[in-house]
Amino acid sequence: MKTTQVIMDTGAHAAALAVKYARVDVVPGYPITPQTSIMEAVASMVENGELHARFIPVEGEHSAMAAAVAASAAGARVFTATSANGLLYMHEVLHMASGGRLPVVMCNVNRGIFAPWTLWADHQDSFSQRDTGWIQYHCSSNQEVFNTLLQAFRVAEQINIPVMVNFDGFAISHCLMPLTLPNQEDIDRFLPTHEPEWRLDPANPSSFSNVTNAPEYAPFRQMLSEDIMSAIPLVKKAAQEYKEATGMWDGDTIDTYRLEDAEVVAFAVNSMAAELRLSIDILRELGIKAGLLRPRLYLPFPTEDIINALPKNAQVMVLDRNYNFGHPGGILAQELKSVCFGRRNDLTIKNRVMGIGGIDLTRRFMADEIRAMIEE
Amino acid sequence: MKSVTKAYRPISWPMKGAGGETGSWRTHRPVVDKNICNKCQICWVYCPEAVIDRHETIIDYRYCKGCGVCALECPTGAISMEMEE
Repeated sequence: MKTTQVIMDTGAHAAALAVKYARVDVVPGYPITPQTSIMEAVASMVENGELHARFIPVEGEHSAMAAAVAASAAGARVFTATSANGLLYMHEVLHMASGGRLPVVMCNVNRGIFAPWTLWADHQDSFSQRDTGWIQYHCSSNQEVFNTLLQAFRVAEQINIPVMVNFDGFAISHCLMPLTLPNQEDIDRFLPTHEPEWRLDPANPSSFSNVTNAPEYAPFRQMLSEDIMSAIPLVKKAAQEYKEATGMWDGDTIDTYRLEDAEVVAFAVNSMAAELRLSIDILRELGIKAGLLRPRLYLPFPTEDIINALPKNAQVMVLDRNYNFGHPGGILAQELKSVCFGRRNDLTIKNRVMGIGGIDLTRRFMADEIRAMIEE
Repeated sequence: MKSVTKAYRPISWPMKGAGGETGSWRTHRPVVDKNICNKCQICWVYCPEAVIDRHETIIDYRYCKGCGVCALECPTGAISMEMEE
């Protein structure tokens, strides 16, 4: 391990430290619980000179993403963060970032959606932004948040598509865990300065996102769709090269635990998937051959990796922390069924929604749920 | 970090005809009577599409949309709007 330091810190501060390591140029920010502690930490770093960036306090999330889009179009490396309704308020400008092919990187600290108000974690916010053309990671630990953010900047700038790094409010954002900080020089080699081939430049004027007619518009959307799919090999390469640079590894597009011989597979993302490792151990002690498949990448959906990793004839228990309104169950289950249909008909896919609005998902609770699902 | 793929970006560069041959939109055509025109350049100042030559009052009909601003502003009445065929 080529490391300098192990500290105790929260997930939100881990994200802020990654922003410092990435040498971000511009950070537009607006507070929303539970994201606020990221912006507080980044603003402090800018104020005390640790991070040489421009911090732009704006009047709302729509403006935060608009400022991020503008700064990115001017060639800056840009970071912002939000949660829940803040993310929904950005919705229109999220499309502008992806359609404009701007490599903005954003943390979304997952929180349930109004109404009624809740401050606690579920995944309705980020999953409901599925069709905005953003790449989405979901992280299960403070260290993974730090590591993934640095990989996110690299992937975003390589294919000019914005990346959203998601992690659960409070369970990750406000909990202390050990955090290994790599050498800045190793990160500088892994993530060199942002060098866009185009930027808004008064010395060489161009206009951004003009009106197009149908024959011009359609190819833009087609290329965006194709390029998002090409993120998968870059995500893998970024994870591999990050491992070579720092010695740290959280999985690439997916992460697995005791999966090889599993007959029952838990399928979930984010912090609940970290707890699920303990549930798997409980189930194994009871003689149930259980394993875990955790997609780290939600969009693009890592279809081939998932199809290749799932053991033959397994029962796959999809645990969704969101609702797929109009369908029974959750969004992850629908995604998994759609890619397995016709290709992995040996699998039995079952689904439960749990942990909505921050309901605690303990190892015992999830182990019991999986045992009950086996009998269904 | 450098791009590894060529991004298809929605950018346009300032150049003649970047928006296509907008002359096809025209229903009325501005016609300059050279005998009346005193080359005061008022039409050149007002033309929103910059399709009038400054010194010779020649209109580029490939891009003129036929809005009629030049005819309205012309102080000598040298420009008339004639129905397109």
